[in-house]
Amino acid sequence: MSELKTETITVNMGPQHPSTHGVFRLILTLDGETVVDVEPVVGYLHRNHEKIGEYNNWIQNTPFTDRLDYISPMSNEFAYVLAVEKLAEIESPERANYIRIIMVELNRIVNHMVAVGFLLNELGCFFTPMFYAIRWRELVMDLYEMTAGSRMMPNYFWIGGVAADLPPRFLPECKELVAALPSFIDELERLITDSEIVQMRCKNVGILPPDVAVAYGCTGPLLRASGVPYDIRRAEPYSIYDRFDFDVVVGTVGDVYDRYLVRIVEMRQSVRILEQALRDLPEGETATPKKKKFTPPQGDVYHRIEAPKGELGFYLVSDGSDHPYRYKIRAPSFVNLQSLPYMCKGHKIADVVIVIGSIDLTMGEVDR
Amino acid sequence: MTTKETFEGLAAKFPQFDLGYLEGKDPAVLVKGENLVDLAQHLREEQDYDYCASITGVDYEDRFEVVYHLYSTTRKGGPVILKVHATRDNPEVPSVVSIWPGADWQEREVWDLMGIRFSGHPDLRRILMWEGFQGYPLRKDFPGMKDEYTFSQTSGDRENE
Repeated sequence: MSELKTETITVNMGPQHPSTHGVFRLILTLDGETVVDVEPVVGYLHRNHEKIGEYNNWIQNTPFTDRLDYISPMSNEFAYVLAVEKLAEIESPERANYIRIIMVELNRIVNHMVAVGFLLNELGCFFTPMFYAIRWRELVMDLYEMTAGSRMMPNYFWIGGVAADLPPRFLPECKELVAALPSFIDELERLITDSEIVQMRCKNVGILPPDVAVAYGCTGPLLRASGVPYDIRRAEPYSIYDRFDFDVVVGTVGDVYDRYLVRIVEMRQSVRILEQALRDLPEGETATPKKKKFTPPQGDVYHRIEAPKGELGFYLVSDGSDHPYRYKIRAPSFVNLQSLPYMCKGHKIADVVIVIGSIDLTMGEVDR
Repeated sequence: MTTKETFEGLAAKFPQFDLGYLEGKDPAVLVKGENLVDLAQHLREEQDYDYCASITGVDYEDRFEVVYHLYSTTRKGGPVILKVHATRDNPEVPSVVSIWPGADWQEREVWDLMGIRFSGHPDLRRILMWEGFQGYPLRKDFPGMKDEYTFSQTSGDRENE
């Protein structure tokens, strides 16, 4: 028999592809069904957010950050507002601090719900688990709408506080929701965690060893699933996170399944933080007196938070005028995405899709 | 450990590098471009700064500045911030991809939008803009926005842009 020859072929995946979470293109080099190399191509959603941010004034940039990671707008606003407050040395009132934590932790739960839902989508279970998640996400969105007036683009965090106090209906409804959330997470776990198909598809796929994850600069659930207990809420507590009792969740293997589990347990930890924040919420002011024209002093600062997807940092340079001289965003999805080729090599094409799902990308944030 | 202490330790260890200390809300260490890789190597190997969080290019009109925010995943504590200056006519800074592989895309982004070349980078191509695009949008002298469009005054007492 003559010798069998194999040849690699190059396949283009995306930018319009249902599993790429937006417009994201992959150049795959394949040997049969096996992935030899992956080259991510990004930038299709690029709008030079940073340049526009330099023309906006400081206050106009707060709603603009909502458009970065549109799944978790509250976290984006939180990071930006904290950076500006560090620059201008503004202390937000105590009640505002607690309200911010409540909003951001609700946002983390929403983000992880959507991430888990889309992961199941990518496994071929089209939109049924997603609807379980979205049903509960809507309840959080209702809370956002009653406080900020908008579901997805809230513009609720202001420099030096929050835009408005909580409406009277918020607290009872939020407490009811937080009390019910564990039952939702249990339900989701009953459907997914022990499912044989999920385990077969996700276990030992896309393994990212801890040293590689750190070298690539990965953060968030992606890093913690690899077994590195690095959570900025613990490593460098910002705002009032040092007052809450919660655990940093880590995985053991660092595969797709661990990333799923880390997100599930992080939702439970967020519920714990929410319970404490709702219990301790003080009365009082929700914003420092507003100025018509906001001009922070000259200087540069970097402030980072543990956003649901990883480290979200803002590097701001002020020249003393009413708009930033430099406005740079360190987006978690952008840096995390670099580890994709490492995780995909040696797996089948179908696994590439679930590895993308397990990183939890938002292209609005990658391309900026 | 504060940045001041880190700086004093580094300055004592590498007197030949002539490091500078920059005061500010986030104090930083000013390092010359040719010494950056050696200093980064030392911070990575000896002081556990294993995580390069952010690389930023800033255009100060008379010079460029590249800012590195370094953290450790094993120790608590704030960043060590390194700042490197580059000249306006030939902006070039050595690449740190060999030390922190995660710097790859961030350096490409700085090259793409700010036009600072990273010597020794394995694959320095545009990342967010398309190939063949001319110019570097984040530079202050890039035409656009205010320069290209004329805005008309609306009725009212203040200027709208």
